Amino acid sequence: MSARAAERRAARAATRLFVPRDSGALSLGAEQVAVALRLALAEPIGRGAVQIVRNGSRGLYWLEPLVEVETAAGRFAYGPVAAADVAGLIDSGLLDACQDHARALGRTEDIPFLRQQQRLTFARAGVIDPLDLGEYRASGGYRGLERALSLSPQALVDEIKASGLRGRGGAAFPTGIKWQTVLDTPADQKYIVCNADEGDSGTFADRLQMEADPFGLIEGMSIAGLAVGATQGYIYLREEYPHAHRMLDAAILEAERGGYLGEDIAGSGRSFHLEVRLGAKSYICGEETALLESLEGKRGTVRAKPPLPAVRGLFGKPTVVNNVLSLATVAIILARGAEYYASFGTGRSRGTMPFQLAGNLQRTGLVERAFGVTLHELLYDFGGGSRSGRPLRSVQAGGPLGAYLPPSQWQVAMDYEALAAIGAVLGHGGVVAFDDSVDMAEQARFSMEFCVEESCGKCTPCRIGSTRGVEVIERIRRGRDREDNIALLDDLCATMIDSSLCAMGGMTPFPVQSALRHFSEDFHKPLEP
Amino acid sequence: MPPSEQAISEAVGAALAALKDKPGPLLPILHRVQDRLGCVPEPAVALIAGGLNLSRAEVHGVISFYPHFNSQPRGRHVIEVCRAESCQAMGGRRLERFARETLGLDWHETSRDGQITLEPVYCLGNCACSPSVRVGKQILGRVTEQGFAELLEDLGAPVAVIRR
Repeated sequence: MSARAAERRAARAATRLFVPRDSGALSLGAEQVAVALRLALAEPIGRGAVQIVRNGSRGLYWLEPLVEVETAAGRFAYGPVAAADVAGLIDSGLLDACQDHARALGRTEDIPFLRQQQRLTFARAGVIDPLDLGEYRASGGYRGLERALSLSPQALVDEIKASGLRGRGGAAFPTGIKWQTVLDTPADQKYIVCNADEGDSGTFADRLQMEADPFGLIEGMSIAGLAVGATQGYIYLREEYPHAHRMLDAAILEAERGGYLGEDIAGSGRSFHLEVRLGAKSYICGEETALLESLEGKRGTVRAKPPLPAVRGLFGKPTVVNNVLSLATVAIILARGAEYYASFGTGRSRGTMPFQLAGNLQRTGLVERAFGVTLHELLYDFGGGSRSGRPLRSVQAGGPLGAYLPPSQWQVAMDYEALAAIGAVLGHGGVVAFDDSVDMAEQARFSMEFCVEESCGKCTPCRIGSTRGVEVIERIRRGRDREDNIALLDDLCATMIDSSLCAMGGMTPFPVQSALRHFSEDFHKPLEP
Repeated sequence: MPPSEQAISEAVGAALAALKDKPGPLLPILHRVQDRLGCVPEPAVALIAGGLNLSRAEVHGVISFYPHFNSQPRGRHVIEVCRAESCQAMGGRRLERFARETLGLDWHETSRDGQITLEPVYCLGNCACSPSVRVGKQILGRVTEQGFAELLEDLGAPVAVIRR
């Protein structure tokens, strides 16, 4: 480095390094990297101060731990970084963003996986310190709430309707219509409940939102409260997310201190209180009525609908139950306008969707794109094909209740209607890829076994049907009366679909039947010992 | 060792005092008690029921519904291995087998020395870094068999390696 450059740097404020601490990056050793950086930079190295910011992940998980350094020309990335790489990185000029290192990735925003995204809901993820309210505001945070405070409740609901936002949890119900029902139902108390019981395998967008940009969710919930006249919110968070729990608690405290939660939000005289409630390892509590039972302190069994939760929900009061992503997106819609949001997407699937690439892919992570991107693009252009190097064979879209799709269906556009047309679901946006070592009969058996584990037990098709399903698939795999048992399995699936109380029993047959339909050879081979 | 009667009464008393006036307080109270005692032991049920004006059957019904709550103490370390699809796609079934064989434990079992309990878990939200394992509040990603063995070593587990 030239002497002049050194002077320039010394004159500037501290150099900022970014080391994520969302649970994904932490699970790959980000904490050890941060500690190694701190130790290495503790000794004077002839330059100004260095600050290590703990951001959330940008969602490029195959590159985690991803270390970034901020320069006048933007942020430069290095990854995946191990603690053992730290000394070498510093020697080769990490603090000046020198690119002469095997881990150097260039400007973060030029990494194709990120550059080709359309980040609205996740615009701040990995960019800011998730608990720094000042940074949140500086990056456009709380503009949505400020605008919301100038609108009437009906105008707010109309704005959400106009945006075309549909529930991102999986059911895809129009958010504005749900809000309208709550707004129109008179009551002395109403609630906003955030469904943060993200239990679908292959999905992690809720977790990333809560860990990388928790204020975005808090702002969205406050806006929902203003829209329908609710003064109390609960975030029902799964117990499996201990880090998200810590982040949310800290962010709520911070928002209260900053005057954005409590009796008088943003000086408006309106009140909104927020509390995190922890689940207890029950998948079914992601179903909205089971979730409400659980919040009330009961067993998480499903309620019959009607009455809808929007009319009689938590403690019998009108309740908005929305997914984390739906609520976080509300803040963006208010900040940038319904028209802007609705300009993304296709058909009746408006806006963007945070897809989550998981399982056996080279490049796993979060891809926020307008609806309509094809599954093939996600798997290959973004995902880079299989991680194992073997050909991809099967993809489960939409979580454990979603269909398995064979390669012939991978040209499907990822939107609600296009997927429904081929008997598949978008669900919460998870995409789990399997290579050709997968045994699809075993996957089908697991789907039934999962339903046995997680059924709430209230309705018979789900409670008993799933157990019978495991047995029938086991008989098929062992070659006992194969054709008869396949017919029986089809019959059982039809019964579960037609007569279960909720999606648990009603959709478990989707992965089973799709496996049977598209991968029937796996049901006809001898079982390995 | 199961908690003493005094420990139970103190833990329940503190949880009730702090939380019983919240709306829907039962789950928060059960979490608080289990965080402190490692389980929700049988004698706590009557105390909680009394404090909340519920029947013992109602409280017991809630505890037995949720896999997270336990009536018996578990090991010093609870190791949860993810069994869900994304982890399956990355060799999770092999890792499950390795964990059970290395520890000589089936799901929900605790080692005789009380050090380790093995639990299944269905998704830790770390699906971009599969397969995943959780130990206490820490989540580990891309766990290989070797990585799992090293984890056990770090936990100081006297492992009876009974690989078949």
